[in-house]
Amino acid sequence: MSDKKSTTEKINELFTSELKVINLGLETFAETLQKEGVETVQVQWKPPAGGDKKTAGLLNRLDAGLKVDVETANKEAVTRILDAKPTLVGIGTALNDIPGMRKNMILHAGPPVQWERMCGPMRGAVIGGLIYEGLAKNREEAEELASSGEITFEPCHHHSAVGPMAGVVTSSMPVWIIENKSFGNRAYCTLNEGLGKVLRYGAFSNDVIDKLRWMEKELAPVLSKALELRGEIDMKNLIAQALQMGDEGHNRNRAGTSLLIRELAPHLVMLDEEKEKIKKVLFFMHGNDHFFLNLSMPAMKCTVDTAAGIDGSSIVTVMARNGTDFGIRVSGLGDRWFTAPAGMVDGLYLPGFKSEDAAPDIGDSVITETGGIGGFAMAAAPAIVQFVGGTPKDALNYTLQMYEITDGENDIYKIPFLDFRGTPTGINLLKIIETGILPAINTGIAHKEPGVGMVGAGLVKPPLKCFTDAFEAFITKYAR
Amino acid sequence: MKKILVQKDSYHDSVFLMQINTEIKKIAGVKEAVVSMGTEMNLDLLKEMGLSDRQVETATANDLIIAVEGETSEAAEHAIRKANELLWKKKGTKKEKEYRPPSLDAALNVIPQANMAIISLPGEFAAREARKALNRGLHVMLFSDNVSLEEEIELKRVAREKGLLMMGPDCGTAIINGKPLCFANVVRRGDIGIVAASGTGLQEVTCLINRFGKGISQAIGTGGRDLKNEKAGGTMMLMGIEALQKDHKTRVIVVISKPPSEKTAERVVEALKKGGKPAVIHFIGLESGSGSKDLLYAENLEETARIAVALAAGNEYRKQALSLSEEALKNIIERETEKMSSGQKYIRGLFTGGTLADEAIFVLEKSTGEVYSNIQTKPKFILENPHISKNHTIIDLGDDVFTVGRPHPMIDPSTRIERIGKEAEDPEVALLLLDVMLGYGSHPDPAGAMVESIVKAKDKAGTRGGYLSVIASITGTEMDFQNLEDQRNKLESAGCVVMPSNFQASVLASRITERIGAK
Repeated sequence: MSDKKSTTEKINELFTSELKVINLGLETFAETLQKEGVETVQVQWKPPAGGDKKTAGLLNRLDAGLKVDVETANKEAVTRILDAKPTLVGIGTALNDIPGMRKNMILHAGPPVQWERMCGPMRGAVIGGLIYEGLAKNREEAEELASSGEITFEPCHHHSAVGPMAGVVTSSMPVWIIENKSFGNRAYCTLNEGLGKVLRYGAFSNDVIDKLRWMEKELAPVLSKALELRGEIDMKNLIAQALQMGDEGHNRNRAGTSLLIRELAPHLVMLDEEKEKIKKVLFFMHGNDHFFLNLSMPAMKCTVDTAAGIDGSSIVTVMARNGTDFGIRVSGLGDRWFTAPAGMVDGLYLPGFKSEDAAPDIGDSVITETGGIGGFAMAAAPAIVQFVGGTPKDALNYTLQMYEITDGENDIYKIPFLDFRGTPTGINLLKIIETGILPAINTGIAHKEPGVGMVGAGLVKPPLKCFTDAFEAFITKYAR
Repeated sequence: MKKILVQKDSYHDSVFLMQINTEIKKIAGVKEAVVSMGTEMNLDLLKEMGLSDRQVETATANDLIIAVEGETSEAAEHAIRKANELLWKKKGTKKEKEYRPPSLDAALNVIPQANMAIISLPGEFAAREARKALNRGLHVMLFSDNVSLEEEIELKRVAREKGLLMMGPDCGTAIINGKPLCFANVVRRGDIGIVAASGTGLQEVTCLINRFGKGISQAIGTGGRDLKNEKAGGTMMLMGIEALQKDHKTRVIVVISKPPSEKTAERVVEALKKGGKPAVIHFIGLESGSGSKDLLYAENLEETARIAVALAAGNEYRKQALSLSEEALKNIIERETEKMSSGQKYIRGLFTGGTLADEAIFVLEKSTGEVYSNIQTKPKFILENPHISKNHTIIDLGDDVFTVGRPHPMIDPSTRIERIGKEAEDPEVALLLLDVMLGYGSHPDPAGAMVESIVKAKDKAGTRGGYLSVIASITGTEMDFQNLEDQRNKLESAGCVVMPSNFQASVLASRITERIGAK
């Protein structure tokens, strides 16, 4: 282009082509052109990173070029995510199957947090977990033990596991085992307890503990046997079907749960078990729309885990909350967590509760969004958007926005309403900074006090600070 | 007061019910409210809340329960009515927002063949977006100001390397392929191509060319610093000229700018000569240079248009007097001055167009010698306080001092209306000189918005025993959405003298001051 002769070639080309305009700024300029019949697209522009000055400075360093090929690294990350083949292979127990699990260890949701900083619902779940394990008799004993230093608290994410809400996993708990058949890595998650007063929302009354014991002694063994008869279940296939039936795999799992029941029912009835037992198992799954959540989560976990640790990649591989902090991890930045205080959820409340009752955002379930479903697939589940008083069109727009911060589109998870376009996949940190668009997350709301349970559901955005901090680290590591 | 209603076999989605629940709770006098299906969990909850009765106890998951505890029975009943209303409300079509791309790259996915980016973002962000647009191969019109000179030079370097238009920063007007961009008028298409470093100058010249029966092929803006600054060196001006030289639809090239350095001026002249197309140069405020048959210098914006039109028609340009006969002009001067009182001496020019204010200053300086202004280049005549006029004063109301925290006066007429009120209080004022900018971007009725203040000002002068003369010109065309004719009628019915161009308005104003001086 430095050829002297061609200095104005493109300008002369413009003079003989149809003018097509992108307008950034005053909308009246776009309206004028539209009136004059010029095809014009108005950009919904926001200052990068919300106008943060420091980040703007870092963007200049990004513009000057990095010493790694981010695009290629991200392509690799996205390819690995798309190639994943999450498969349900069985049910085990935390102690036997989760790598690094110990008897005196409690896994929890989100980035690392110790007892002193744990929010109400997580403390409640820890109390319940200790009582369930027989390590404490009551709340007082449990609290004393939890603060004694004898119990090790570690994030599920440090053990290839994920847990919804408080995400508490103790050694005796049964866990789903999901294997990524393309890469051989596994992910683990407990079985979903249902709604209302449950451990994951911080409830620890006797009936909560009794239910956990029943799940361990009856539910898990029965399901495990049925699963053995059925053989491995392709989770990718199941999730793809659920998305086409109005689920998004995070806050709506009605279709996924039903599909799972269809897969297991014929084998359940063949088991050499009392009819009452089998009936109870079937009723339990039937009565809990979220039963499938604890499968979609580890399916996404073993999917996205493969994209971690790629040098130069700005793909977000973990988003998680513990009710105190929101934390993320980025592929090219190793195991480092970038955290900021967890936000409040904008949503609807169950009868009898109000926003003052809510705990801050909590749970590993945002792994679904990290993998490209959940809030990212909102257009597949327009019913969900009512949680924030939106319309189906808003649901569509949520998904459309997520394409702006992702690098790929899923080839299996597809959205009918978008002409079967693949869900937005592979969250790119750099695009979040550039556009100021934060990931849209669907989530449940826990009561702030331990022991109460779920109080509502809605939508939440992660704190921008996680991403600006990660961006700073990314530039520091990779700038020339 | 508790009220409970159970509707049998009336299933509703739980999320929908939660929304209704939220609404009901907002009603004054409602202490508790539950609108839910009779699932086991909900029945337990209702019992705990003391909102259960026999009917509720036997409800099933298919039965809808509305249970309310109100401070009074009226409140409770009102809540139940409201719940039913919401439950059975017909849904109208809500106005839903269309999806808009959040970034330039996202917009390129929507419109991959885009060839122009118009950027009017805050200055601190604008340059980066402009650079991105250039890197994506888009021509750029950068409306934003507050972009540093270094950034401008860098952007134009990139643009030249890539052979793209980089109009601006601070470029308010362009017409590309007949389409008006930002602040521009609707004019006929034709064979006159313009490159201008002045937005309102470009508007005035394109409108006058349109009035004189010719049209515009392309009108390229460069931003005010392109020629003024030696380092910018007229990069975009030179590229614009070259592109117009190569453009088959352009027969005549017009250049409008404040006077550049000698070196830059030479380069401009050289570029114009090289292509061989007839050309007009107007360096605002400069006496006409020595031109040739094919390269003429114009003294003012009107003459710029006249020369261009003559060249485009293949005629030789002959210097033209004013469009009014000397006799008609004298009549106006007599009429406008006869009722003035002896204390009325000064002109106050209140302009929304910067270049038009410049032009007025140059015209008036010739006859009066001294004109105060906020945009004066002569330090002696820079107004100490731009908000207070002194003797003969021309104000550019688009200057930064007037636009902090409020829109440009072309968009918001209130700045000038206030100033007209202020000038009306000064018994020494004999004449108001005004411009009226039409076209896209401008106020929908700039003349209409001013009329009341003009009439009031004239009345005030009348009560003092004098007469306030108001002279105006309108930059616009019949095709502009404000309509030239309508605007002229509004001004004339308020007693204004409307002249056919800013130059002629300025000449009339200076003639009137001469007449006053002679009295």
